[in-house]
Amino acid sequence: MSQLLSARQLQVTFQGRHGRPDAKGVDGVDLDVAPAEILALVGESGCGKTTLARTLLGLERPSGGAVAYDGAELTHNRRFLRSYRRKVQLILQDPTGALNPRQSVYESVAEGIRIHKMVGVHRRAGDRVTEADLVARALSQAGMRPPQRFFLNYPHELSGGQRQRVVIAGALAVEPSILIADEPVSSLDASIRGEILALLLKLREDLGLSVLVVTHDLGLAWNIADRIAVMYLGRVVEVGTTEEVLAAPKHPYTRALLSVVPEIAQTEPIVLVGETPDPSRVPRGCRFHPRCPALLSGEAAAAGIEGDCRTKPLPVLAATGDHRAACRLPGRLTPS
Amino acid sequence: MSARQVAWRRRKDSAGRTWKEFRRHRTGVLGMVVLVVFALVAILAPLLVDSEGLSRTKATGLPLESPSSSYWLGTDEYGRSVLTLLIYGARVSLLVGLFATLISMVLGTLIGIASGFWRGWVGAALFRLTEWFLVIPFLPLALVLATLLGGSLFTIGFVIGVTSWPGTALLIRSQTLSIIGRPYMERARVLGAGDWHQMTRHILPNVMPMVFANTTLTVAGAILSETTLSFLGFGDPTRVSWGTMLDSAFTNGALTLGAWWFLFPPGICVVAVVLSFTLVGQSLEEIFNPRLRQRR
Amino acid sequence: MNASAEDAPLPLLQIIDLNVSYPTASGPLPAVRGVSLTVRSGESVGIAGESGCGKSTIASTVLRLQPKGAKVTGSVLVNGQDTQTMPWGQLRAVRWGDAAMVFQGALHSLNPVQRIGDQIAEPIRLHDESVGRNAAARRVAQLLEQVGLPPSRATAYPHQLSGGQKQRVMIAMALACRPQLIIADEPTTALDVMVQAQVLGVLTDLVHDLGLGLLLISHDLSVLGTTCDRVLVMYAGKVVEQGPAVSLFDHPLHPYGGALAAAFPRVGDPRARFAPVGLPGDPPDPQALPSGCPFHPRCALATEECRATDPPLEPIGTDREVACLHADEQRDMKLLLARSRLEAAQSAGGAAMAP
Repeated sequence: MSQLLSARQLQVTFQGRHGRPDAKGVDGVDLDVAPAEILALVGESGCGKTTLARTLLGLERPSGGAVAYDGAELTHNRRFLRSYRRKVQLILQDPTGALNPRQSVYESVAEGIRIHKMVGVHRRAGDRVTEADLVARALSQAGMRPPQRFFLNYPHELSGGQRQRVVIAGALAVEPSILIADEPVSSLDASIRGEILALLLKLREDLGLSVLVVTHDLGLAWNIADRIAVMYLGRVVEVGTTEEVLAAPKHPYTRALLSVVPEIAQTEPIVLVGETPDPSRVPRGCRFHPRCPALLSGEAAAAGIEGDCRTKPLPVLAATGDHRAACRLPGRLTPS
Repeated sequence: MSARQVAWRRRKDSAGRTWKEFRRHRTGVLGMVVLVVFALVAILAPLLVDSEGLSRTKATGLPLESPSSSYWLGTDEYGRSVLTLLIYGARVSLLVGLFATLISMVLGTLIGIASGFWRGWVGAALFRLTEWFLVIPFLPLALVLATLLGGSLFTIGFVIGVTSWPGTALLIRSQTLSIIGRPYMERARVLGAGDWHQMTRHILPNVMPMVFANTTLTVAGAILSETTLSFLGFGDPTRVSWGTMLDSAFTNGALTLGAWWFLFPPGICVVAVVLSFTLVGQSLEEIFNPRLRQRR
Repeated sequence: MNASAEDAPLPLLQIIDLNVSYPTASGPLPAVRGVSLTVRSGESVGIAGESGCGKSTIASTVLRLQPKGAKVTGSVLVNGQDTQTMPWGQLRAVRWGDAAMVFQGALHSLNPVQRIGDQIAEPIRLHDESVGRNAAARRVAQLLEQVGLPPSRATAYPHQLSGGQKQRVMIAMALACRPQLIIADEPTTALDVMVQAQVLGVLTDLVHDLGLGLLLISHDLSVLGTTCDRVLVMYAGKVVEQGPAVSLFDHPLHPYGGALAAAFPRVGDPRARFAPVGLPGDPPDPQALPSGCPFHPRCALATEECRATDPPLEPIGTDREVACLHADEQRDMKLLLARSRLEAAQSAGGAAMAP
């Protein structure tokens, strides 16, 4: 399968201030998003998932590795970024902050249309449209119907769900092929959440859009994602289809994450000790080993790999499409 | 397109709301009334009094006559009516004040936005420049510039303008920095917006209310500065302003001669106009600056 | 409220027919409309609902922390005494000694330049001046252990702590004066699932080990489902459904409770796969509530009768109560949910197969 957006050996380093060591926000990630695929990038805050998303958007410069769109490597020159931004769009977490309070809905949605001269793009293709047509089209694609009714509203006059739809319409207006959504529903009310997720599914169906959704919420991934990549401390530690990863998790970290999803009548929760470590002090060996339940329980020792877990680093998990995990326990590194 | 018309009406509504809010500030309304009176007097000066009255050679009265029915505010050392001088002086003082403010606001806003927006050496250099202008004492710099450029109405306004922008620039810079961190700026960048687009479409509209409120405060300062420079003898000698009136009253010993009618009216006018601008400015600032509004 | 409750000892918290309205420029805004609830010791009660449904107003009213000018009727009894009418001195004692709050925005309410040990000790020494410095330090160490932090962290400054650790410090502060009741308003909203599990674990342990009462407020019904014994679902200032947490989460009787339960799907539930369930429309404007049942504009079951009648909360079975005209016909909301999921699955089904 040809990939739409891919990252290879991607690294992003933040310079340490006040003499602190550099922080490796993203520390070697291989990731592929196929056309019309919904991929969930899952992890706790501080695991580097937002940094990875920003790098894929060209907002952050990688310190190593590369991002490629449709086979062409992302370079940070002005002209390339401009055309890249018609293809890869962003949905932010907080729709209230993502809209300029002094711009009406029409102006917010028209912004991308004006920047990329979309009216001209359509006319050259023989499609005689006005700017208002394109704004209306984007708004109704995002589920704001009838669109004209909302043209002159200001963000503060809309509900949270409507604001998120306006943000989505603004992204759709430049006719991208992939949306990167950073926690798209975490600041919305429970009842609105399903509506926005259903919209993302519908956009994939109607427009063939790919979606990379960054989230800490496994239920969201179960709701809409085809595949899941679990991140821990700057690396992808497990990747596979949603069913594979959530029904038969291979990595002890994924298992722990899954066990604490608040649900009734579930398996005994594996609550990890401590917090995600500091990305400027990545542990030696397997980066998860200081918190690993398999190491604590002696499972690793029984498999005879305990020493390796503590000292030998693991290779970057390749984006092959199989279900695999960056873990030495038997059967984890290989596809099932 | 009717959307444009409705958008225009919404803008008018928002101006209406601001006006309604403003009317609740009594001191601001008082200042506004005083300013309107002064502005009308300055604009209608030729209709109110004859400009012949400004000529030293055609003066009709005796030098330093005290107020009477023919000279309501007495006469100056040439025998000209102080009232005539005062009315025409209002034109010069207000004009110089507004011109200087225009320069100051444009410079302050541009440099403020640019130094806040560009993080690299451009921003750092502009910030240093702002700080540098801020720490130079105003009066010596203005005097040096006025001497170099000569004392015409235009140069006085220019000198005051280029020396009074750093305060505005700092204010606008800090506003810009806070706006840059907002998510909608990131959204604009991802949509492919260039620097110019970001600055004109997102930052400028969001700092404009602050600029607007700051303008009224700057006008007050500029009028005071014009008076100071003129009083020190660096004004335009061919024009009458409140500052030059104070200057000649002082040099002709109005104080020792007891000619209070020559000294007090321009002084009171300066104080009244500066105070009014300040009152209006403070009210606008309270309306536009959300932080001040919360405190109320 | 329940027949079985009458012979039990005095409840820690008893709210009877509480009404709260805020004055606004456009008239009074009713935030809470006739809510009654009880929390006993060793019991945790959850309130679920979306923003603006009045759940946070209830939390702040318990300790009379509602904004000035808010109009309150009904009674809020903490240990049998009404906090709305008691004198200030007594209220101060109640605020730490009987009941304590853990707020939503707690992560920013620690003083950045004071060690956390001193911040925890502050209420202890304020409320009982006889407590010496050493005794206070011992109590701080004990409290930190109770919330699962090493006592050595007492010397840390807030910036040295992570979000979850700060939230635990806030819980330790709430526990400082040995309250019997803890009111936690969205205590885990800004936290990750793993940290959320840790913090919820601390709260549940406190209820079990110390026999505290807990009033937990959240928009996430699944959080309440795992943590609480009983749950109340609020909509537009009213309780629309209440009952034991597990049975309510598994078999919601009110369509709104059903939507909330479905919003956070069970991972592995095949019905939720590619079928997120949401509610159309927006929460109602409290100043212009719809006629009849306030939920009817968003309700799939709404009939003409719903537009006219606002149903009261009525018992169903032994331990459930629901305010819905169609609760009898729809005893099992799963039916409805299955139907809406099926529809969603049909519309998304083609795409699911595509890649």
